[in-house]
Amino acid sequence: MTEPTNRPQRRGQYGILPWLAAPALLVFIGFAIIPVFGVLALSFTTWDGLGEIHLTGLDSWRAVLTDPGLPHAVWITFLVVATSWAVQTPLSILLGTFLSGYQRYRGLLAIVYFIPLLLSSAAIAIAYKALLDPNFGLGAGLGVKFLSQDWLGRPVLAFSLVVFVVSWQFIPLHTLIYQGGVRQIPQSMYEAAQLDGAGRVRQFFSITLPQLKYTIITSSTLMVVGSLTFFDLIFVLTEGGPGDATRVLALDMYKRGFQANLMGPASVIAVFLVLLGLVLALLLRRLGGDASESQIEGA
Amino acid sequence: MALGACGTSGPGSGGSATYWYLSGQPQEGVRTGTVDRFNKANPDSKINPTTFQNDAYKTKIKTAIGAGQAPTLIWGWGGGTLATYVKAGKVEDLTSWFDQNSAVKDKLFPSSFGAATIDGKIYAMPCETVQPIVLYYNKRVFDRLKVEPPQSWDEIMALVPKFNAAGIAPFSLGGQSRWTNMMWLEFLFDRMGGPDVFQAVFDGEKDAWSNPIAIQALTKVQDLVKADGFIKGFSSITADSNADQALLYTDKAAMMLHGSWSYGIQQADGGDFVSSDALGYMNFPPIEGGKGDETDTVGNPAQYLSISSKATKEQKDIAKKFLAKGVLDDEEVKQWIGTGGVPVLKGTQDLLAKDKNADFLKFTYDVASNAKVFAQSWDQALSPTAAETLLDNIVKLFQLSISPQQFADNMNAVIGQ
Repeated sequence: MTEPTNRPQRRGQYGILPWLAAPALLVFIGFAIIPVFGVLALSFTTWDGLGEIHLTGLDSWRAVLTDPGLPHAVWITFLVVATSWAVQTPLSILLGTFLSGYQRYRGLLAIVYFIPLLLSSAAIAIAYKALLDPNFGLGAGLGVKFLSQDWLGRPVLAFSLVVFVVSWQFIPLHTLIYQGGVRQIPQSMYEAAQLDGAGRVRQFFSITLPQLKYTIITSSTLMVVGSLTFFDLIFVLTEGGPGDATRVLALDMYKRGFQANLMGPASVIAVFLVLLGLVLALLLRRLGGDASESQIEGA
Repeated sequence: MALGACGTSGPGSGGSATYWYLSGQPQEGVRTGTVDRFNKANPDSKINPTTFQNDAYKTKIKTAIGAGQAPTLIWGWGGGTLATYVKAGKVEDLTSWFDQNSAVKDKLFPSSFGAATIDGKIYAMPCETVQPIVLYYNKRVFDRLKVEPPQSWDEIMALVPKFNAAGIAPFSLGGQSRWTNMMWLEFLFDRMGGPDVFQAVFDGEKDAWSNPIAIQALTKVQDLVKADGFIKGFSSITADSNADQALLYTDKAAMMLHGSWSYGIQQADGGDFVSSDALGYMNFPPIEGGKGDETDTVGNPAQYLSISSKATKEQKDIAKKFLAKGVLDDEEVKQWIGTGGVPVLKGTQDLLAKDKNADFLKFTYDVASNAKVFAQSWDQALSPTAAETLLDNIVKLFQLSISPQQFADNMNAVIGQ
């Protein structure tokens, strides 16, 4: 109805906005899009990282796809993604809900919980490795038999340890996300529920959880895609060992490329990881349903 | 590949050559000292050093060379990795230079040139120290149990239950580091079948790992694992943290198979362990019925310096001057001996005998110079591709998750790569 008056204003907005996005777009194209195509091209070659690059068609793809180590690495990656999601999500939601209260001691706790996020993965891995050393670690030092296990030497223990340390490191981040999510839920809904006689548990399941739907999807996407490419902590903590018990795809890619000098097959795995990440992110978006749906109405 | 380009020290500018080497004392100090003296004596042709940590260096140098950003002087271990540089045309052929400077060649251990020679041509100068693998033992716990150091494989197997019964691990092992386990196979293969068994693998002979002697050696090491010969939890222990060394000097383990550099670590970290003469050492004992010579040894015959073919003429000249005049000068030789190392230089016996570690230095010198065969560590001798598969499979072998036959099958698949 009032189109003529709106127009100039609109044109002005669109005029500047794309330019504001340009620097980010350039960086994204330069450091994400172009390398992806570079890797795709490398996956059809044989290259040891030193000499000439030879085009060898599907050789690298055949080598990787027929390697018995690949299904194992895919399975381990899936397990890391699934278990670390299953461990982190409930704990983060509960902690986030707890920390969303405005009491002062909760503010203090929120700061304490945040500390693991400030440490680098490599530092965390080295610290845990030293603490869990079977002969000179925490167990031997305190004389606690339970802690003197062969933590990094048994496949199941090493895997569980990786999931534990990953969770320990990243629960703070997701707690923060959920804390923000819970604080955005209108207080009036809780007041109404209270009038209707709903207890705390009922309120949590009937109001908090449904209202957090989009926060859960955001946090899950971060977790799933993040743990898909999880590398540094595992590299320092177990180097994929014992044997190949924690050899996830990202680590497999690094070892093939930079330790075994097989850049072609390493690129195949990189392409595979990119596709897997995109598909998973897309699926999680679909789970969210129609994005235009109002959160409050969804309750 | 963009990583390499981000390095701060690409091809050096104008009148200076670049040199990358490993950090970590006491070795780093010796290397830096040599560069400093060279720079002081040659103010017009300086060398710019940069240091890296061991494992980081292995990746960094490969990436840098691949990206054409190599330093003028490339420090390394020779063998399979050097061969990949040669194949890609990244390092200078030094054969004619050594012919012209035969004095430089003649002063070094002849055995050290093997890992520098590819297809009959020399691509690196051996430097620093010779590092055979040694069987160390803790005299304190041997005295306490009133037992003698093993003189054969059967004696090793007989000692295992005795130490276990006393609550002492028979052998320390940093099993997470992988190459630590490999040293066992190197000696078992040699003592049982002589150098030919692994040479066949190295030469790319088909199914060389299926040699019955190889299978027997692989079985023997699994026997030792099954008898609890290695410390409990060895798969969780890394050599980088020196936790395996600590097990020996804290009396938690009785024996350890490790490089000759371990002596310096025991001395620095072990309190009075070395000074009170509690650290014993010997060459790996023979195996009953084995064909190998008991003087044979394995390890690092030297460290190696190559010159990048991508460097400027000026840089190459500086680097060659450094190889001739700087490397292993009198002061460097003295300093290596001070760290418990034997330089790859002929005729240092008198200097070695004067040092406070004279006994160990003489032992190392004798092992290195009397060895019928001084084999290079397998992971250094093989190509990086084959070495990676080897190390992965060795870990599985020690975990008992694959049988000797499966090990041989997995390894046969990458022979010649």
